[in-house]
Amino acid sequence: MKLLNYATSYFAALLLVVISGWAALFYINMLDEIYDSIDDGLENQKLLVIQKAAQDSTVLAQAEFEEGYYKIHEVSLAWARGKKDLYQDTLMYMQNEKDFEPVRLLTTVFRHNGRYYEMRLITSMVEEDDLIEDLLYSLLWLYLGLIASILVLNNLLLKRIWKPFYHILRRLQHFKLEEAKTVPVQKTNIAEFQLLNQTVEKLLQQNVAAYQNQKALIENASHELQTPLAISLNKLELLAESQPLQEEQLMQIGAVMENLERLTRLNKSLLLLSKIENRQFTQAEAVSLPNLVQKTLADFEDQLKYKAVSVEVEATEEVSLQMNPDLAAMLVMNLLKNALVHNVKGGFLRIRLSREALVVENAGKEEPLEETKVFARFYKDASSQASTGLGLSIVKAICDLYGFQVTYRYQQGHTFIVAF
Amino acid sequence: MKILVIEDEPEMQETLVRSLQQEQYLVETACDYESALEKVGLYAYDCILLDINLPGGSGLEILEELKKQQKTEGVIIVSARNSVDDKIQGLELGADDYLPKPFHMAELHARVKSVLRRRKFEGQHLHQLQNVQIDPDKHQVWVAGQELVLNRKEFDILLYLVTNKDRLVSKTALAEHVWGDYIDQADNYEFIYSQIKNLRKKLKDHAAELEIQAIYGIGYKLVTA
Repeated sequence: MKLLNYATSYFAALLLVVISGWAALFYINMLDEIYDSIDDGLENQKLLVIQKAAQDSTVLAQAEFEEGYYKIHEVSLAWARGKKDLYQDTLMYMQNEKDFEPVRLLTTVFRHNGRYYEMRLITSMVEEDDLIEDLLYSLLWLYLGLIASILVLNNLLLKRIWKPFYHILRRLQHFKLEEAKTVPVQKTNIAEFQLLNQTVEKLLQQNVAAYQNQKALIENASHELQTPLAISLNKLELLAESQPLQEEQLMQIGAVMENLERLTRLNKSLLLLSKIENRQFTQAEAVSLPNLVQKTLADFEDQLKYKAVSVEVEATEEVSLQMNPDLAAMLVMNLLKNALVHNVKGGFLRIRLSREALVVENAGKEEPLEETKVFARFYKDASSQASTGLGLSIVKAICDLYGFQVTYRYQQGHTFIVAF
Repeated sequence: MKILVIEDEPEMQETLVRSLQQEQYLVETACDYESALEKVGLYAYDCILLDINLPGGSGLEILEELKKQQKTEGVIIVSARNSVDDKIQGLELGADDYLPKPFHMAELHARVKSVLRRRKFEGQHLHQLQNVQIDPDKHQVWVAGQELVLNRKEFDILLYLVTNKDRLVSKTALAEHVWGDYIDQADNYEFIYSQIKNLRKKLKDHAAELEIQAIYGIGYKLVTA
């Protein structure tokens, strides 16, 4: 629920309570006022009838209401004594409504020429159910009107007030650490938003700086490692051919060299990864994928033959992608190398290439890899010592750079799909 | 053959010098921009190994200076930066080759020899070792005047080993040279062995006076029989 509507819903609930309470009070007061006014009218009519009776005695003969609004009959003194005016609500059949309707009845006693008479006066009353219904409708309209006003107010006024807030939200939503570009701050006069802006800005800048530092660290560290690696490797090479060495010593030197070479590969791969992520491969051209796949397969020919891997290639249509040629080669090479290195003797390698995707399927260990980790850096199986664990991370980084979707699934073989 | 090594890292420089001296080159050194500029200005070399990051200036500026002076030295850039831009810029400025650090000495020697061969003999140079003659451009091999037919990989291996004769060539160096950089991370180099085996057999059948020795744990060494 949006912030604005959230506030509105609270308003709506509060208004319902306030308006209901107010309506009850209003109704009681209004009814009181109406009774007061009707009773005053009856009192006045009483006086008028008594006056009239003084002049015209036929008035006293009005025994039933019929067309009139009063009836009079004579009562004994004893009965009349101590009687006070009595106001009552009662029902009476109304010709126009064809129904019993509430009326106000005044029962009073007066003296005329030494005789006592009881007089009953009626006047029509408000119909309370109608009144309540009317009131309810009015209040409903009022309530809806208020809610509508609040909504309009929220959407016009509050929205404007909260605009900087939504701007900050959008900034955060679109913020990408690796792109390191921040949306400009929107000016605001509201102190809280100013503070929020400043805080967010500072936080983003710190994050970007930390990210850049980390990237720079990897790149610098990789660069700095090259020279000592080179010196160590070359010195070992010199040592290995320096004088007649025993086989045992040569073995040791060989083992150290192998590890240094592995370190070198690791270093190169890390450097490559950070270069891809730093978008240092900018130049792009149309790269023909079928050609690239064939060329890469030719490069791996000896290894495929050695492992007796059967290769099937299904690439009938021309697929040309606009990308950096080195990265395209790196993508295909790493995918195929992965399929080769983790293959088994006498296994298979199937490549399907279409305009939609490049699918590489290979035999290997007969259990699926962890889908969530397979592209993570340094994820590798324990058995493949020489692998850097970075090949598929490089594949992922290149795919991310060009907006390709790379996925892994296992069915019969290990399948990697790069969807363009 | 006179070679100038321009390298600021003393250990690296010393290693390069020692390895090059074993190939009977006359090696001189410079360790910063100023001294390098002075040496290339005063003397003539057959080949220059040039580091790009130098105290006092960039190796690329030295390349520009060489171009300005119309010097014909063969230049191999040896850099730890391994940047595509440096490589392109360096080659555009007239460098012959670009070798990213770290590298194998065998690879350096192959590159140096290739540069020297192109510079000194305009490509008209055959390798002659005992009774074996190799034409690197036509990819042909003769043993005692009789042609020895090799496939591309076998030829590349032979040429690489001949270039580094009497020196230890590691499996990785050989694999990277013959099969390309992509070979790294391959879990073993056993597939190389089958090619070596074929090559040995062909050499033996033709009574070539060369022998490819396996140096256990490291790689191979080509020696004259």
